[in-house]
Amino acid sequence: MKIAVLMKDVPDLVEDLELTDEGQLAVDELSFIPSEWDDQALEEALLVKDEMGQAEVTAVAVDTGDVDSMLYTALAKGADRAVKIVGEFGRDLPNRARSAVLAEYLKTAGYDLILTGVQAIDDVDGQVAGLVAGHLDVPHASVVREVAVAGGHVRCLQEYSAGRMAELRLATPALLGIQAARKPPRYVTIAKVRQVTKSASLEEVEGELPEVPTAAVRRLFKPQAAGRAVMWEGDPEAVAEQIVALLDDRKLIRS
Amino acid sequence: MGPIVVVTELEAGRVADASQELLTKSREVADALGTTVTAVGFGGQAASALAGAAADAAIAVTGSAAEVYSPRVYERALASLLKEQAPSLVMLSNTTLGMDLGAALASFSGQPMVGYCTGLSVQDGQVVALSQIYGGKLLAEVEVPVTGSIITAIPGSWPAASAGGSPAVAAAVAEPAPEVELLQVIMPESGGDVDITRSDILVSVGRGIQGPENLELADELAASLGAVVSCSRPVVDAGWLPRSRQVGKSGQTVKPRAYLAMGISGAPEHLQGMKDAELIIAVNSDESAPIFEVAHFGAAVDILELMPVLAEKLQGRAG
Ligand SMILES: Cc1cc2nc3c(=O)[nH]c(=O)nc-3n(C[C@H](O)[C@H](O)[C@H](O)COP(=O)(O)OP(=O)(O)OC[C@H]3O[C@@H](n4cnc5c(N)ncnc54)[C@H](O)[C@@H]3O)c2cc1C
Ligand SMILES: Nc1ncnc2c1ncn2[C@@H]1O[C@H](COP(=O)(O)O)[C@@H](O)[C@H]1O
Repeated sequence: MKIAVLMKDVPDLVEDLELTDEGQLAVDELSFIPSEWDDQALEEALLVKDEMGQAEVTAVAVDTGDVDSMLYTALAKGADRAVKIVGEFGRDLPNRARSAVLAEYLKTAGYDLILTGVQAIDDVDGQVAGLVAGHLDVPHASVVREVAVAGGHVRCLQEYSAGRMAELRLATPALLGIQAARKPPRYVTIAKVRQVTKSASLEEVEGELPEVPTAAVRRLFKPQAAGRAVMWEGDPEAVAEQIVALLDDRKLIRS
Repeated sequence: MGPIVVVTELEAGRVADASQELLTKSREVADALGTTVTAVGFGGQAASALAGAAADAAIAVTGSAAEVYSPRVYERALASLLKEQAPSLVMLSNTTLGMDLGAALASFSGQPMVGYCTGLSVQDGQVVALSQIYGGKLLAEVEVPVTGSIITAIPGSWPAASAGGSPAVAAAVAEPAPEVELLQVIMPESGGDVDITRSDILVSVGRGIQGPENLELADELAASLGAVVSCSRPVVDAGWLPRSRQVGKSGQTVKPRAYLAMGISGAPEHLQGMKDAELIIAVNSDESAPIFEVAHFGAAVDILELMPVLAEKLQGRAG
């Protein structure tokens, strides 16, 4: 069983998202982290491998800047291989083009199961899971968890609203958009990643910038503060007093 | 110009609210573009549900394969319908169905796609969508070609259609797709843990709680308020609280008299489950967190410092 995990990195929301005067992200100012749902997908793939014993997990990323540490981290966590698709791809590579690049590679790479995150925070033009699946024309399902492989089939749970779910069985090759892994993503130390960076290597594959249909993004902007909360200033003590006064005023507590 | 095709979802035999919203918005856009609205629905109840829908035409996709959502069946049926209809736009909700099918339909029909749409208008003949990305921190203004672009809209973005219509309902039959088999539908567990939808006050914790060792702070605060502890999704995925406590798109929708959001960023998927609470108080150390866009009151302080102080001040005052 060959499993691919499609990974990308996205701006870290812990930092302020700076915009240029033209309303584009000031990407040079941002720090990037692996998309959290791709991390979940990697974890689920590693759990599937642990269960099956003889599966091979490959982390795959399009080189849009600095994806090496993301890929080495995947190797340190237990991925068997890491593939970096290189070409003229910038940080502004739309998902649409990213997906076409990934699909081009995946078409001939012979994976039985492809996992990726259900979404990423920058998916304005669609989620990678569906986009790649459409290109490959393989059975797929997104918003899933609890992946199990048996008898050449893949089982998973697809989540709907309010806790309703369906159990699906897909023929392979199949592609899944992972909502969450069964366990929190495993942790590796920086020392371990460093060690792997020295001992292992990334496989480079050439990719080409494809022609894809696009909906042009005119600008990005921060939501207007119209309905914004009344903000209480002060230390936790002062804020707590404000909250008590408000709850009292609304008769939510005994006076 | 082709119609705007709205992919509706049914709930208890009726067109779901999220789909009603798509119909309202599509009518407005169709009027501005000079085109019509075609509603598509699935299953044996689709024809009757769509007969009163606010659309100019409707298509009910039936057959045993169409009764319950199944990715490949629905996708194939839609792909061939879209080929026939040559729509100007295709609208889906950003639900599981929309997230599952939207991007795939876009990619094999060779159409552009806009996800997480919260606004749609026609400006000088150009369809312009607003898309909510970066966990709700930014909006993108996107030009949408009317070539059949796929749009998935976040539920709750628009009012549901108030008036219905009387479209003629055409029929289509869905083919089974054995390569993706629906084994069973699992209904949410009931009983066991508390029902967060019944609590007047919720103390809701997010990833800002940082670890299970801090949950007792939330428990103490909730106890001092006569409240129940609920949470965001990552807290459940990390195994810190049971799934029955989860508020949001894939959890519960709650409407308490007061919702205290502690260390929750306010991602659209979370807001979907709590934005109609009567009173929302948010505490988050990041003053640019989107939760403050829907909260009535807020403070940018550390919840680990605030919660014990607040619990202390509330001693003996639970209503
Ligand atoms: C299909 C789908 C369905 C989903 N369904 C749901 C759902 O039902 N419910 C849900 O909640 N999410 C859901 N999500 C996930 C959602 O996208 C977000 O990832 C999630 O809501 C974020 O949770 P959070 O706010 O707790 O975490 P984060 O976004 O990480 O936010 C944590 C916040 O805590 C603040 N913070 C950190 N430390 C402190 C401190 N000491 N004091 C004060 N503040 C602090 C930070 O500033 C940050 O804003 C869904 C996602 C998908 C794709
Ligand atoms: N993976 C797929 N999922 C859904 N529809 C598809 C897929 N691949 C092709 N289609 C389209 O589905 C329609 C019906 O195809 P068929 O099943 O071959 O009759 C055609 O328009 C196909 O282009």
